[in-house]
Amino acid sequence: MNTVGQFGRMRDERAEQALIERRFRVVTVLVIVALVLLGWRYGQLQLGAHEMYAARSEENRIRLRALAPNRGLILDRHGRVLAENRPAYRLVIVPERTPGLNETLDHLAGLVEISAEELRRFEQQRQRSRRFESITLKSNLDDAQVARLAVERHRLPGVEIEPYLTRHYPHQGLLAHVLGYVGRIDTRDLERLDRDQYRATTHVGKTGIERRYETLLHGRSGLERVETNALGRVLRVIERTDPRPGQDLTLSLDLDLQREAVAALGDLAGAVVVLSVETGEVLALVSHPGFDPNFFVHGISQANYNALLTDRRRPLFNRFLAGGYEPGSTIKPFIALAGLDAGQITPDTRIFSRGWFQLPGHSRRYRDWRRHGHGWVDLELAMAESVNVYFYQLAHDLGIDRISRELALFGFGRATGIDLYGETGGVLPTRAWKRATFGEPWFPGETVITGIGQGFTVVTPLQLAHATAALAGRGTTAPPRLLAVAEPARMVVHDEANWAAVFSAMAAVVHGPSGTARAVARQLPVKIAGKTGTAQVFGLPDDLDDERDSEDLPEHLRNHALFIGFAPLDEPRVAISVVAEHGGGGARVAAPVAAQVLKRAMELGY
Amino acid sequence: MNTLVSQRWSGLLPPLRLDPVLSALLLALIAFGLMVLYSATEQNLGLVIRQGARLGFGLGVMLVMAQIPPRYYQAWAPALFVVAVLMLVAVLFFGVGRGAQRWLDIGLVRFQPSEGMKVALPLMLAALLARRPLPPGWIDLGLCLGLIALPVGLIVLQPDLGTAVLVAASGVALLFLAGLRWRLIVAMSGLVIAALPVLWLNLHQYQRYRVMTFLNPESDPLGQGWNIIQSKIAVGSGGLAGKGWTQSTQSHLEFLPEPHTDFIFSVLAEEFGFIGVVLVLALYAAIVLRGLYLASRCRDNFGRLLSGSLVMMFFFYLVVNVAMVSGLLPVVGVPLPLVSYGGTSAVSLLAGFGLVMGLHSRRRFMG
Repeated sequence: MNTVGQFGRMRDERAEQALIERRFRVVTVLVIVALVLLGWRYGQLQLGAHEMYAARSEENRIRLRALAPNRGLILDRHGRVLAENRPAYRLVIVPERTPGLNETLDHLAGLVEISAEELRRFEQQRQRSRRFESITLKSNLDDAQVARLAVERHRLPGVEIEPYLTRHYPHQGLLAHVLGYVGRIDTRDLERLDRDQYRATTHVGKTGIERRYETLLHGRSGLERVETNALGRVLRVIERTDPRPGQDLTLSLDLDLQREAVAALGDLAGAVVVLSVETGEVLALVSHPGFDPNFFVHGISQANYNALLTDRRRPLFNRFLAGGYEPGSTIKPFIALAGLDAGQITPDTRIFSRGWFQLPGHSRRYRDWRRHGHGWVDLELAMAESVNVYFYQLAHDLGIDRISRELALFGFGRATGIDLYGETGGVLPTRAWKRATFGEPWFPGETVITGIGQGFTVVTPLQLAHATAALAGRGTTAPPRLLAVAEPARMVVHDEANWAAVFSAMAAVVHGPSGTARAVARQLPVKIAGKTGTAQVFGLPDDLDDERDSEDLPEHLRNHALFIGFAPLDEPRVAISVVAEHGGGGARVAAPVAAQVLKRAMELGY
Repeated sequence: MNTLVSQRWSGLLPPLRLDPVLSALLLALIAFGLMVLYSATEQNLGLVIRQGARLGFGLGVMLVMAQIPPRYYQAWAPALFVVAVLMLVAVLFFGVGRGAQRWLDIGLVRFQPSEGMKVALPLMLAALLARRPLPPGWIDLGLCLGLIALPVGLIVLQPDLGTAVLVAASGVALLFLAGLRWRLIVAMSGLVIAALPVLWLNLHQYQRYRVMTFLNPESDPLGQGWNIIQSKIAVGSGGLAGKGWTQSTQSHLEFLPEPHTDFIFSVLAEEFGFIGVVLVLALYAAIVLRGLYLASRCRDNFGRLLSGSLVMMFFFYLVVNVAMVSGLLPVVGVPLPLVSYGGTSAVSLLAGFGLVMGLHSRRRFMG
């Protein structure tokens, strides 16, 4: 049976088998010895040291109990409370101490209303918990419910009324889209959270500031060593590591200004963003209408949620962060800057507006909003009266590449980087973008309408405000922040004279004799710069602009009204953007909103 | 096939190439294990049923593995090994899991590729050594150690020290069975001891903590030492006859961490006492010894070495887990074989037993 191995060595299979069998015998002996030794070890523990361990098991009812930290408060810049923790009561059940769980639940349902949702959650939690752990059946009990339960408590073993702290937003809908809200921790949250830190925590930030600064707000969980009896009931606390409460966050928001902005919008759906030009601090941040975040803390009912979802005015939609709008004529100051910088125009360059513009060799007419045109206009008049022909011509002369470059410098087409999740970046049209998106080349006519903010350009109210702040800061501002202030950065470099020309042109929009927003000049305590805009909602002939409203249309087809501006003119400190959805014209609707907010900002000393 | 064989082996199991004795022992262990699991999970029947389903699947895998002729295993060993290594590499890049990346998620199922290596490495080594003269010389030894070090290194990187130790141990056991000369064994042991400080420096912080608290559990009675102390209390308080099924107070009061996974043996010891421990260890001993017996009677070196190392793998699981629960070894996260809650290791262990029985069943009729 011998064969030749690969090294030419003779293989003796019989000897090999004998060798392996010897080794199997050695292994068998080792296995038996190891198991006997293990058995010996267990004998030591279970027989020799049994009394000691039995005593320790009996006495040692020590349990570790996690303690939830108190969530940090959220304050406005003057320390006014925007989100707080309020004492509340919840109904908890310890299944082990409740003899007839179903009867108890029935009994409780007779005392306080228990929804199917609450029952389902209770069941779910019960599956996941140990039998001696307390499980919440209903939270946020009102006083009457607490009283009714307290009276019946002696008949309800294992049922307890437990005090706890619940998140409360005293200003309800005013700040819903900024603060966001906390909600019950669900399985998706658990995947991204540190389970050890959240062992005792029930709620976690779901959106807004609550989500963005969850780690700071939450704090660190504490630990308690407690001695329990055989059933797990706590007898005494042996040792305690206090939880470290979450940090209080002081936002840059000014509650008064926020209120003013919401009041100014009134019944209009839309957004208002007010930024500090120098620091990028967000002073007011409104998406209107809002919703009451308090509903979400305790689990919003399906009916309420459906009502929010089906509301035509979309209260859950965060307009300043994710709302994409055509900038309309609010783009004109930026186009003007590009023109000045490229030398295509000077402040004194005059263009004749006869009511329309035509590309050479094309028949299509691009219209002014005033049917018979504005006559000879220079930059100041073109801005003040929002003369489309002036900007058609300028955009055509500049070409799309120069326009895209200028708009990109001001941050169009990318998220501003505000400290909130969910920001969208809008659309900055370029040749490359068009080819990638539509597979088509760029057409000259598209450059023409880009000059008045129509066509492909999409901005968010936040981007618009940020770009306006950069404009007001003569090219320098900081990214918008609610909490930690970012470093100011020089975004755009232009000649001092160019900035001055655009500033004075924008001042004429409000303070000039024929400015589109001249109606609001009276109420302003200081001189400001501004620009009105109207964004098309619906493909009306393109001669609708600032002055001509679409009031005769049904509301949802009316144009969006926009306004950007900064104040004071000489020494700009705050920048604003206003979008009023379906408001009609920017001059009539958005400018008064902005004026009211800017006036208040000046009164507040910004 | 061979009428002589089928006459000698009457009964239902042999045609399925399953060893009746070993099969019966495994089923007894599984049944008892599910009973303990029921108690350790606070009588969570759903969980026990899920585990039962996994074990049922494992038994199916065992049956399938037993049917495949050994020559295929031998031929496919290198390919399987390469695939297993690639999956370990993949897990480093695409793996999922908290803290350590151990799982691969391929849509349908999630599994731990390191488990596959528990079969693939012994296969590879057995296939290699079966074609060499035994005992292995220096070159074969070097080759084998390289083949062991590669997957073990990858598993350490995940990091999963427990599995790495098991895989390494099964490889070393295979070398030992192959007749590795004693002086080489002594030399290797020396090397390992010399390498310990290097290993220590490369351990993750949590792994070092585990070793240090193992050496002195009372130093950190609330943190890492908690497991060991509470487990010993559970075991010790069980006494001779135990507190009775489902009467464990330690696990019930949450003194034990993970009472249904790695520390299930302490629930068993607490509820069934020393008598229960001895009986269960005897059951395990019977499985291991029967396995070794079947292995030693395979027809060729490939079968003997492969089967032997797979059985030893099972044995190492047992020893590491039972020693860990009683505080003899640091907490390394090795389940009690076929009893702890969890699917992948049970399936790979049963697959191993399928191989062992399949290899053994073919010992007579070959040319």
